[in-house]
Amino acid sequence: MVQMTMIEAIASAMDNAMAADEKVIVFGEDVGFFGGVFRCTAGLQKKYGSNRCFDTPISELGIVGAAIGMAAYGLKPCIEIQFADYMYPAYDQLVSESARLRYRSAGQFTCPMVVRMPTGGGIFGGQTHSQSPEALFTHVAGLKTVVPSNPRDAKGLLIAAIEDPDPVIFLEPKRLYNGPFDGHHTRAVTPWKKHALGEVDDGYFTLPLGRAKIHKEGSAVTILAYGTMVHVAEATLVETGIEGEIIDLRTLSPLDLDTIAQSVEKTGRCVVVHEATLTCGFGAELAALVQEHCFYHLEKPVMRVTGWDTPYPHAQEWDYFPGPKRLGRALIETMEV
Amino acid sequence: MSDNCENKHLELHIPEPEWRPGDTPDFSNVVIPKAGSVLRPPVDVDAQDIRDLAYTIIRVLDKNGNAVGDWGGLLGDEELIAGLRHMMTLRSYDARMQLAQRQGKTSFYMQHLGEEAISCAFGKALNKGDMNFPTYRQAGLLIADDYPLVDMMCQTFSNTGDPLKGRQMPVFYSARDHGFFSISGNLATQYIQAVGWAMASAISHDTKIAAAWVGDGATAENDFHAALVFASTYRAPVVLNVVNNQWAISTFQGVALGESGTFAARGHGFGIPSLRVDGNDYLAVYAVAKWAVERARANLGPTLVEYVTYRAGGHSTSDDPAAYRPKSESEQWPLGDPVLRLKNHLITKGAWSEERHEQAEAEILEIIMTAQKQAESLGTLNGDKIPSAHNIFEDVYARMPAHLRRQRQQCGV
Ligand SMILES: Cc1ncc(C[n+]2csc(CCOP(=O)(O)OP(=O)(O)O)c2C)c(N)n1
Ligand SMILES: [Mg+2]
Repeated sequence: MVQMTMIEAIASAMDNAMAADEKVIVFGEDVGFFGGVFRCTAGLQKKYGSNRCFDTPISELGIVGAAIGMAAYGLKPCIEIQFADYMYPAYDQLVSESARLRYRSAGQFTCPMVVRMPTGGGIFGGQTHSQSPEALFTHVAGLKTVVPSNPRDAKGLLIAAIEDPDPVIFLEPKRLYNGPFDGHHTRAVTPWKKHALGEVDDGYFTLPLGRAKIHKEGSAVTILAYGTMVHVAEATLVETGIEGEIIDLRTLSPLDLDTIAQSVEKTGRCVVVHEATLTCGFGAELAALVQEHCFYHLEKPVMRVTGWDTPYPHAQEWDYFPGPKRLGRALIETMEV
Repeated sequence: MSDNCENKHLELHIPEPEWRPGDTPDFSNVVIPKAGSVLRPPVDVDAQDIRDLAYTIIRVLDKNGNAVGDWGGLLGDEELIAGLRHMMTLRSYDARMQLAQRQGKTSFYMQHLGEEAISCAFGKALNKGDMNFPTYRQAGLLIADDYPLVDMMCQTFSNTGDPLKGRQMPVFYSARDHGFFSISGNLATQYIQAVGWAMASAISHDTKIAAAWVGDGATAENDFHAALVFASTYRAPVVLNVVNNQWAISTFQGVALGESGTFAARGHGFGIPSLRVDGNDYLAVYAVAKWAVERARANLGPTLVEYVTYRAGGHSTSDDPAAYRPKSESEQWPLGDPVLRLKNHLITKGAWSEERHEQAEAEILEIIMTAQKQAESLGTLNGDKIPSAHNIFEDVYARMPAHLRRQRQQCGV
């Protein structure tokens, strides 16, 4: 076991995957010599050569389109889009191509690739460095979508994603890269290097896709969260004194409905929280599933705490970001009899 | 040998810059054409007849500070002094804002160091009503158009005086009345929009033209290629600018370019007249801009212009270029400093002096400090004078729908 930041854990995942399988290659903007603007690919080009880790032209369409061709050939590209906000030029390649290749060719051609991208807010990145576009991927049949919340999960899930025979979108909450940010922006964040979840096996290991984790057990209310919101939820429970249960979904698609349903059947209450905008966000799917599967156990309507239905602002970031205050209010309301 | 050839294993070509940290850059093999050596064709020239202009570098200022050749002589001394002051103002503004970011007064900043001539001179070639679709490194367009420095600072500080209401990151200005389109954070998206704007002017039988801007790195985006197709097909009245400052964050220009040809030569496949110009030469930038603008204005269609320059500073305040390029590379860069070159030219002409330059520097710093004081009285990002949270909900639509009114109430504003 080694203490790692989430950045180091992600780099270690790619390092191990590249060592284990020479078909694994890494490319994207600034990922080669420089090691990525967030340093997630640091050292890979030096260790594996520029044939397996290289810089690309600034064309997200090009990066994803080329990766699809390579995956169809038999390589296993693990590519980086510098920010999730820059994924849109590649969206057609992801949706119309990568997601459907296996289906439309009846399995003759497949697309085993991973598309990594930093996601979410909390860094004063304004509207083009803060978005949480996960619902744009979970809505697409044929794509898998993963969002880790800590270094250990990030590493195990990323190696599993690389091993996976289908395209996986791997969203890295950038505000968690260095520590478990809980929404209290005026407080210092405990670095992962001093956190139990920063203790990571430095060898090759996987965590299965499609399995949620109970981040904190409780009986009063179920909080469905992923990414940064797992830590916001944890802080909120401490501050409100509510004995809630936090489910860290980890994989949004395919979703671990069993873990969710078991928890809600136990607590009878459910709050969903995400940074992304409310309308048609992933929370809408979760709320629908919970009412469909747990209707007779519910004491109160499922509530959603999310970003507002607006572009992500710059100066007013903390009025936009759904922090412990907003989540706390929803929890208290959900707890009312 | 021959069957060996047939079975040859393929190798992927990966472009690499010539120098990395620790190496000594040596630009002596870079061919820099003599100032004044490139002839100025008539604006209605056939693109086919000036293909060589995409492979050379149009230059006016020579080593001794003289303006030579037929691209020179367009600007009088007073205009040149004004141009020098614009560049000095931009440089001084950048230095102050860079420092303000380090002091925590804002989240982020991007400077123009070494590239000041391009936006400062280009702006002078346009008319009121024309529209630039700039990137984050063309603030000289605003300064040369006398946009208030205080407003630029308020945007940078995201304070209560911010014309964009705290919504945009620093330097993503928008100034419609100054021919400055709202900057997007997504690269190259606006290149094709500039073409659309120019097409609209032609559809409306108007006289306005547009200018598109993109960096060397971002020419790889599909939007750039879409823009070239549309501009060429409809002969849109647009100037297609490519600022080749050699770097795209840590990636050298050879990754976007593929180590052959030039960015200007990208225009040839589309039959667009394409020119390459010394971006650190205020007079050359102005002359080429004027030529391209004249073509557009005369309904002769688009022109592609590549400005050869060097990003002397970091990509942004989040970047340390020492991690990927030699520290001395910017000093070795053969096209020099645009401010120094224009200054020397004016001194050679007898229109300027070291004393006047020093005096101007002090005056400009004074103007900027005064503006900064005024801007800071309206707040900085790390203080409590930031635009109210109700601004989050406005301007999403022309009329606020009910669900946003509800959310605004939940937000308590
Ligand atoms: C669509 C998109 N992809 C990636 C980025 C991230 N990014 C911001 S600036 C930049 C480099 C741009 O280089 P260049 O076009 O040469 O312009 P320069 O910064 O040198 O002026 C990158 C990759 C972005 N803003 N938008
Ligand atoms: Mg560049």
